[in-house]
Amino acid sequence: MIAAPKPDLVTVNIDGVDISVPKGTNVIEAAKLLQKDVPHYCYHPKLSVAGNCRMCMIEMGTPAFDPATKAPVTDPATGKQKINWIPRPQIGCGTTVSPGLHVKTSSSMVKDAREGVMEFLLINHPLDCPICDQAGECKLQEQATGYGRGYSRFIEEKNVKPKRTQLGPRVTLDDERCILCSRCVRFSKEIANDDVLGFVDRGSYSTLTCHPGKKLENNYSLNTVDICPVGALTSTDFRFKMRVWFLKQTNTVDIESSVGVNAVVWSREGTIYRLTPRRNDEVNDTWMPDSGRILYKQVAATDRLTAVKLNGSDTSLDIALHAAAALLKAGSVSIVGSGRASVEEQFLLKQLATATGAQGHLVARTASGDKLLISADRNPNVRGALVTGLISQLPCAELKQLSRDIDEGKIKTVVSHGEDLHAAGLTAALLAKVAVIYIGTHANATSAAANIILPTLHTFEKAGTFVNQQFRIQKFYAAVPAPQGATNDLVVLAKLVASTGTHTPASEVHALWPAIAAAVPALATMLYKNIPDTGLLLDATPWVGLPFVEGETLHYKPAAAIAAEAARS
Amino acid sequence: MPAPTQHRLIFQHIDEPGYSNDIDCYLRNGGYEVLKKAVAQKPEDLREEVKKSGLRGRGGAGFPCGFKWSLVDRKSGKPIYLIVNADESEPGTFKDRYIMHQDPHQLIEGTMISCFANDVKQAYIYIRGEMPEGARILEKAIAEARAQNLVGPNILGTGYSCEIFVHRGAGAYICGEETGLIESLEGKRANPRIKPPYFPAVLGLYQCPTIVNNVETLCHVKHIVQQGGAEYAKIGTPGNTGTRIFCVSGHVQRPGYYEFPAGTITMGQLLNDVCGGPLPGRTFKAVIPGGSSAKVLRFGERYKGKRKVGTDMVDYDWGVEDVPMDFDSLAMIGSMGGSGGVIVMDDSVNMVEALANINAFYQHESCGQCTPCREGSLWMKKISSRMVHGEARKEDAALLKSVADQIPGRTICAFGEACSWPTQSFLIKFKDEFEGYAEAKKNLPADRLSLV
Ligand SMILES: Cc1cc2nc3c(=O)[nH]c(=O)nc-3n(C[C@H](O)[C@H](O)[C@H](O)COP(=O)(O)O)c2cc1C
Ligand code: SF4
Ligand code: SF4
Ligand code: FES
Repeated sequence: MIAAPKPDLVTVNIDGVDISVPKGTNVIEAAKLLQKDVPHYCYHPKLSVAGNCRMCMIEMGTPAFDPATKAPVTDPATGKQKINWIPRPQIGCGTTVSPGLHVKTSSSMVKDAREGVMEFLLINHPLDCPICDQAGECKLQEQATGYGRGYSRFIEEKNVKPKRTQLGPRVTLDDERCILCSRCVRFSKEIANDDVLGFVDRGSYSTLTCHPGKKLENNYSLNTVDICPVGALTSTDFRFKMRVWFLKQTNTVDIESSVGVNAVVWSREGTIYRLTPRRNDEVNDTWMPDSGRILYKQVAATDRLTAVKLNGSDTSLDIALHAAAALLKAGSVSIVGSGRASVEEQFLLKQLATATGAQGHLVARTASGDKLLISADRNPNVRGALVTGLISQLPCAELKQLSRDIDEGKIKTVVSHGEDLHAAGLTAALLAKVAVIYIGTHANATSAAANIILPTLHTFEKAGTFVNQQFRIQKFYAAVPAPQGATNDLVVLAKLVASTGTHTPASEVHALWPAIAAAVPALATMLYKNIPDTGLLLDATPWVGLPFVEGETLHYKPAAAIAAEAARS
Repeated sequence: MPAPTQHRLIFQHIDEPGYSNDIDCYLRNGGYEVLKKAVAQKPEDLREEVKKSGLRGRGGAGFPCGFKWSLVDRKSGKPIYLIVNADESEPGTFKDRYIMHQDPHQLIEGTMISCFANDVKQAYIYIRGEMPEGARILEKAIAEARAQNLVGPNILGTGYSCEIFVHRGAGAYICGEETGLIESLEGKRANPRIKPPYFPAVLGLYQCPTIVNNVETLCHVKHIVQQGGAEYAKIGTPGNTGTRIFCVSGHVQRPGYYEFPAGTITMGQLLNDVCGGPLPGRTFKAVIPGGSSAKVLRFGERYKGKRKVGTDMVDYDWGVEDVPMDFDSLAMIGSMGGSGGVIVMDDSVNMVEALANINAFYQHESCGQCTPCREGSLWMKKISSRMVHGEARKEDAALLKSVADQIPGRTICAFGEACSWPTQSFLIKFKDEFEGYAEAKKNLPADRLSLV
């Protein structure tokens, strides 16, 4: 792991406590380090500072210096340097620390200012929390509890604004709830590079809208829903489906590319309702593509495989595994692993390959990256296959070598872990020449041609790890139970390994890890439970020479680009 | 004491019979001689003269002009821009428009001198959107000056080049706030910027150092360079140098514009001697001394305290009529000189209705970015409009005041003060009228004009 450079530190005093924070930190973040909450709406750590909601006001003072001599002025009362307190509140979000800065986060001036802002935010707000999707995760609700008046002094008519504007295919806007914090506007412009949102009209009649002829339809549009502090922007998909407080949150990783966006699965009673990003400042900040969020729909898809099959007929797992063992023992086996499988699964598959003397293959899945959070490598875990030794070269989109081997009669049995061999270039004629053992989640041409089908679990139904493009190993957990008839991939793979007679590996992630750590140099000394939620960077030295397909994305520069930059400077 | 005589420096030729706004007329009257003199000097010397003059900005805040110029980041390597703030929109203010309509070359000369003094290569005149005629006149005047090699490349053969562009405003009061103006000039909504970090002198137009000055301020620069800073500083009083233009409107016999050495005339002299006093049969009730956002003064109230005269501290005990019309005295009594718009109200005016009118204006003009101003201005407007057009309650007085108190000092720009000071001051000074309005309304004639 490469250590981050030590930042320049500045010492400030917040509510009487001295704290050293990195230069450039603002007061909200500095206070957070002391577990002091400075309530805020418009400030977002990953967006430019707008300073418009005025909720984050604090009282602030700077050390006094004699104007003539520049010498510090001592306060006789305390014996310390005198502090010149500014007689009006300042915004915490827009105030960066300076040496000796003094801050009060809950003085009467601060309370008064906050309560004023809170009252102002509520007078024209529709107060329709009982029918609002944001209820339960609404900053306005939360802070009204802390800083609200408890009763209303407002007897005028409230402003009326559009209640259900479709800003784009996935985002619905309730303008009456909008507090005009401009987070969504700034996100679209600064992060999504799609400057489509703005305000029309003035004052309290200001209304969020798309620029004429534009729509909020980029692949990051749902991030505006995440960062909207109120219920103004809602996900058209999630809207009115479930109260958030009923939902269980499970950490996961976006499976759509090698970026490895950190995410959360929100589920209740075995049903997934939505996916949202999870903050990881080294990977995805607080963002996630829309396309990764709808992948939960794969879980309950109609083409899910839930029946174990042997030569087209339903059977039990044991019988099918028995039949598979016979095929494996007969030799001439080839194994097609998956860049979508976990490190643990790839590890067992590698053991299966070793036990059967088979060669491991992987299928590449590439498309152009979006320079943000979707990379050119659309497999989440090609590097896992390298690290575990399942493969030693980068995969190709087509299994040409395997085609040749089958054609030449060298291969009799092909094990596919979730890959559609047909899509990977093996013709129906070739597939007809071999026995196919298909271990996977969804029906496809390969499952249709398979002699043995072993239904397994979707990422959201199991635990494991992926290694992303940065060689960062990241964990995911089971959010929902598997459908009846499907078995954890690790159980299936462990049984197959055991059936070859070499040894009986563990079939559960935690139990398996000591063996992984012992066998895989890059993962030595690690245990599943010790990997932090934001992942661990592995030593990538053994693979630096490989021509990885990824271009630059957020927090990632390909080695070639780094080298070119170093050569320039 | 009778009023001093007018000293027409900036308005020397305004409404002068036979004076036209073309360059020939301006040149006949000695125009552009000061520019010729200026470009032969060192820019830093010119800046020093402006500093010495004690000139204070005429856009509203009275900020020392020489000091403002000294804050400009001259080391960034970026171009320095100068913007002429010609957005004149503060209710009660109508001086810049006269200058631009009748004596545009005075502004252009002042602007060019200021540009030269600050190494500015590009200047913009941001003129209020509702002044198309002014924009047309300025365009023509700039073309004339360019034809005479007074604007544009290689001015007067000195090798110094500077362009002036006229930019028509976006039709909102907030476009006059300097950072809102800059946003608007950049083609965006005139949302004022947060300061820090966006001080115009460092991160202004296109994130370059920028000077924003009022039309009248830049005209004064011409006269400062003409006579020298020290000489100019002799006009007016210490700390309030030069002349001030008062735009008097409302209930006086002779409303209009008047120019006096700053600090030499009192409110009483201005309203009674110069403007002819109240209308027949009426008495003065209140006056707003510096544009509608300045705090109102109530005739009959007294202001007491100590003030500096020379080096001594002396007691003062003034009625409204006794207050000298300069920045410091008006600030001392809790109001401001602002833009020089003096709005007079006599006893025919109901203060609730007057405030309802002002509140309607500010509510309409709030840009809506920051919560206290956006919501507060509308709430105040809703309350005061309801009082006038619907049901008034006794407790509305206290409510109005309390809403107004939650705004100033907590907003992105000074509009927060502008929109809340009227309500705050009206409620402090005419509380009885607000509390009694429900009763008073019952006796109002049915055919009264609706104000809001
Ligand atoms: C709400 C608001 C409106 C303003 N409108 C004007 C205006 O119309 N004209 C103007 O010259 N200054 C206006 N100002 C003041 C400008 O922000 C700025 O201070 C001024 O142009 C500086 O020029 P000066 O230093 O020459 O006075 C306004 C300020 C505020 C807060
Ligand atoms: S829609 Fe939400 S994020 Fe956008 S400005 Fe309104 S409150 Fe802020
Ligand atoms: S104070 Fe008012 S006008 Fe100024 S930025 Fe805030 S909302 Fe806009
Ligand atoms: S968080 Fe909105 S003003 Fe600071």
